[in-house]
Amino acid sequence: MGAQGNILFSGVGGQGILLASEIMAYALLAAGYDAKKSEVHGMAQRGGLVTDQLRYGDKVYSPLIEPGRADIQVAFEMMEAVRYLPYLHKDSTVIVNTQKILPPAVATGQTSYPADVLDHITSLGIKVVLVDAFDLAREVGEVRTANVVMVGAASTFLPMDASVYEGIISARVPARFLDVNLQAFAVGRKVSQG
Amino acid sequence: MIDFGDDSVWMSGNEAIALGAYEAGVKVASGYPGTPSTEILENLSCYEGVYTEWAPNEKVGFEVAVGASFAGVRALATMKHVGLNVAADPLFTASYTGVRGGLVVIVADDPEMHSSQNEQDSRNYAFAAKVPMLEPSDPAEAKELLKLAFAISEEFDTPVLFRTTTRIAHVKCVVKKGKKLSSSVSPGIEKMPAKFVMLPGNARSRRVVVEERMRRLREMAETAPYNRVEAGDTRRGFITSSVSYLYVKEAFPEAAVLKLGMCWPLPEQKIRDFAASVDQLVIVEELDPFLELHIKAMGILCHGKDLIPNQGELNTTIVRKSVDPASVTELFAPVALPMRSPNMCAGCPHRGIFYNLSRMKLFVSGDIGCYTLGFLPPLSAMDSCVCMGASVGIAHGMAKALGTEAKGKIVSVIGDSTFIHSGLSGLINTVYNGSSSLLIIFDNRITAMTGQQNNPASGCNIKGEAANAIDLEALCRAVGVRHVDVVNPHDINGCRKVLEKALERDEASVVIARAPCVLLPEMKKAKHIPYSTRLASCTGCMACVRLGCPAISWNPLSPQKVKALGYKEKQKGFALISEVQCNGCGQCQALCKFDAIVRREA
Repeated sequence: MGAQGNILFSGVGGQGILLASEIMAYALLAAGYDAKKSEVHGMAQRGGLVTDQLRYGDKVYSPLIEPGRADIQVAFEMMEAVRYLPYLHKDSTVIVNTQKILPPAVATGQTSYPADVLDHITSLGIKVVLVDAFDLAREVGEVRTANVVMVGAASTFLPMDASVYEGIISARVPARFLDVNLQAFAVGRKVSQG
Repeated sequence: MIDFGDDSVWMSGNEAIALGAYEAGVKVASGYPGTPSTEILENLSCYEGVYTEWAPNEKVGFEVAVGASFAGVRALATMKHVGLNVAADPLFTASYTGVRGGLVVIVADDPEMHSSQNEQDSRNYAFAAKVPMLEPSDPAEAKELLKLAFAISEEFDTPVLFRTTTRIAHVKCVVKKGKKLSSSVSPGIEKMPAKFVMLPGNARSRRVVVEERMRRLREMAETAPYNRVEAGDTRRGFITSSVSYLYVKEAFPEAAVLKLGMCWPLPEQKIRDFAASVDQLVIVEELDPFLELHIKAMGILCHGKDLIPNQGELNTTIVRKSVDPASVTELFAPVALPMRSPNMCAGCPHRGIFYNLSRMKLFVSGDIGCYTLGFLPPLSAMDSCVCMGASVGIAHGMAKALGTEAKGKIVSVIGDSTFIHSGLSGLINTVYNGSSSLLIIFDNRITAMTGQQNNPASGCNIKGEAANAIDLEALCRAVGVRHVDVVNPHDINGCRKVLEKALERDEASVVIARAPCVLLPEMKKAKHIPYSTRLASCTGCMACVRLGCPAISWNPLSPQKVKALGYKEKQKGFALISEVQCNGCGQCQALCKFDAIVRREA
């Protein structure tokens, strides 16, 4: 013990970010850490930005991650990986789902989706793991497991064994969706293990 | 919620408060949904032996709790900060009557206005209404303090205010389950007119009791364990409460801290002793200088809002930099990106009405709910929004101010739940005092914005059991509205005709736009037949794009691509419907003049 860390989840309402951050929180608690998590509810759920902030360590006071102190960012959408750059530091790891979700101003033709978001984030010298979570989820047979693919990809950057996550997924997910979720976790894990 | 088997559970502040209410032996709980308070009653309704309900508004919710307390049981009312304004009338006099069973009002403030129209600081109500207020810092403390709040309420014969904020309500941490307590008060009808009947003679006597109670509470605050000094470096000491305490602990872990679990009344001697023990005293609190003003009134020198911002949320960085400006962190520069504002859902019935309003050159007096999103582009069809129920009165006021000039130009829009909350009295006024403004009620059968709570028009109670459903047409007619039309908001062209006719009238009229919210469980389960785009027919006119539906996207094309696809030279792109996102409402098809939008065969 003695380790501590901050995990920032970012994306768009409806992507299953809440379940992903819950699985990671349970895994950290099962490993004996103290943890706090801040969630976004209300207006932001209507297709707006969603950020969950998960902090762990021997003792956690504040529920909010300070700018410059997120160790891991799990970004469920490309543009939403870049929006929170000021939260990262030079040793951060960013796991990016290479999916584009058009914000209203782009979908209605008022502005365009920035073309170079990935180039920008990979040019900063921080560790970036690209995950085609939507496609990987489709391959295991259920597009709605993209969030668990992301958990799998992020899991290799925390000290817990895969079995800890698998146990939590088994307890959380209805039996008929269990196999597909475990597969989604495994393929996600494989991406970041290279 | 996760149970670790040793009575530890991982839960949010609102779940912890529900557990605390259950463990405190609460028998009756009432409230009105409002972010960030909503999940308290939702969770409490799952416990055995507690009666819970959604009230039509916070005033009624609080009065129900007062009644339950008068009947000798522990009672809870829940609301968001602006809801306490609505419930303030009974609060100020319940302060005089005091209680029988423990009575606690939870008020959830929203610094930063994540989901609110203002960021008022509810601590001022404790001072103004002369009642104690407790303030936890996190979910675990919230549960413990809430149980104490009921004991304080009964011991000191007072309603107790219990303040949380978004960063307590929607934060999760590990909480220990505890013992279930019970009240020492016996339920039953007790006639106590000198205490319960607040006419001047009795109220003057109770006014004296209030002062004596506050004196005893101040005395108790001096030794209360939740007002605690945490020893540390005395060169700079902090007095703080609520979530601000956590930011102080992280920003200045070595410093001496006086942590107040009760922010009103204040323990004056304890504060004096602490102030005397430190070289420099800093008060750290979100929003108003509440502690600071009262501590300065004691004649104690301190820093407060001269350093700490009085707007928005605090966090560790803000606290550290405000107190110690020399501390710097090198950060990656932010990148300018398109905003990602929230939007009405694909297939939302509100969109159809707002589309019409956006094209009718009207002043739209809006209200609080999902439909406030009608303000955002591309529809941009809302011109004012103040508070729950205000749309109706504001439209009437404008109509009276402008006379004939306003005829046919002003409309108010309100949701079913908000109409019942406080729009009805505005409608009564419109009819009674005679203006011709048009009211549109968005009846989507649910309180949607706060996450699908049933209301008196839904036909179900908080537990989803069958309940009376208000007949909104009959209600509007009963208050004297002679013209009540019901329309299907998805029928854009049909609605336009009804709205235009209603605006021509010289008297008040109501249009009820009735279609269920697409997030209702039965709507989610229903098989929607999606629409799709016939790309060959799309002329790129953008008529459907201007609905702002998240299922429709605009795809710009280069001149070469335009040619390759066989489009006319001046076409700039095409619209595409995502069949995965489409909920089959058909609003876009009604707007397409080129038969480019078709419904997939069932």
